[in-house]
Order: sequence, then C-alpha cells, then structure tokens
Amino acid sequence: MNIKVLYFAALKEASGLDEEVLPLPESLPTLYAQLRERYGFRHMQAQLRVACNGAFCDWQYIPDHGDVIAFIPPVSGG
Amino acid sequence: MHFRITTDPIDTEAQRRLLGDARCGAYAAFEGWVRNHHAGRNVLGLNYACYPQLAEHEGQRILGEAHARFDIHDAACIHRIGNCAIADLAVWVGVTAIHRDAAFAACQWIIDAVKLRLPIWKQEYYADGTPIWREG
Repeated sequence: MNIKVLYFAALKEASGLDEEVLPLPESLPTLYAQLRERYGFRHMQAQLRVACNGAFCDWQYIPDHGDVIAFIPPVSGG
Repeated sequence: MHFRITTDPIDTEAQRRLLGDARCGAYAAFEGWVRNHHAGRNVLGLNYACYPQLAEHEGQRILGEAHARFDIHDAACIHRIGNCAIADLAVWVGVTAIHRDAAFAACQWIIDAVKLRLPIWKQEYYADGTPIWREG
C-alpha cells in the first residue's frame, strides 16, 4: 500500500526530488513529520497547506492507497 | 468562465474577445506585470513554479466563488508559469458584468484570491545574489 508525494518550491529544493512513492502513512501529520526530519524541511506543519489528488484537503484526511499528496508551502503567485 | 495556466505569453486581446457579450455594459481587467525590484533589490527576472492540477482546480473554484459573490456575467484568469522577463505579463484577470461596480469589485477579489490561494511560487533572480523562493 503506497502513496505518492509531490514536492514543490522550497520543499523540492530541500529534498532534491520532484516526487517519490512512499508506504501508506497513518496520517498526514505523521507523514510530514517523517519527511521533515529526513530532508530537513524548515517549515513547520502549521505553515503548510496539504493537497490530495489535485485538491486541497484537511490535515485530518486519512490517506488511502494510491493517493497523491502534496505539501504546499506559502505561495507567491499573482 | 475559465482558469488556465500557461507557459506562453498571454494574449490579452484574444482573452478580452472571448469575454465579449452584448448583454454586458462593463469589462474590468487586471494585468500583473513582472517588475524590476523587490525590497530594495534589483530583480533581473523570475521563474514561476506551479502544481498545475491543483492550480487549475483551485482557480476554477475561485472563479465560481466570484460568480456567487458578485453580480457578474463572466470571469476568466490566465496565469503564466516558467521563466518570465521584466515587464512580461504574469497574470491576467478579466470580468464582465451589466454594470461596472460588480466588474471592478469582482476583478479585485479574484486577483486577491489568486495571490492568496493558488499553488504557484515565484523565484526571483537578483543582480546581487542567489535566487530565492518568495513566500507570501
């Protein structure tokens, strides 16, 4: 059971990855905490939004097999 | 009502024609230009990164919300991504309405929401240092 995580902007820079496949985590906060430790992300969870399968979701969303997750650092478009 | 991400220069005249409707008395538009300075530093150019699927989904949501909030006829937004030069057009918003008050208000509301919510990140190139990802 896997998910895919997409990395953008500062998170892509810190991890050196566009994306990776990972084992299904028990929660999104747990997943981010693990990745933050692994890659040294400077953002705290509270500074990020999270998206699942191309739409913003809640941090309380329970991930499912095949989900595509993205952590969204503070944006600067427009 | 359409929101698009593009790597091509934005053709504002073509977009304006798409919104044209004889029922409308007003058209309000916003153009976001790439400027040559930020916080006292000279900017040479910039690069926009984006999560396209999420940006288009959220962009469509923003336009739908604008329709619900304001008495407008139609609205569209195009955001450019990739490398942009100084004075390039980075984003365009167009709104039509029967009357101008709603067109002006919706146009401002849409660009404010785009800047707040879309998963797009600007990396600025400076004359005097390494590029950085802007946040907020």
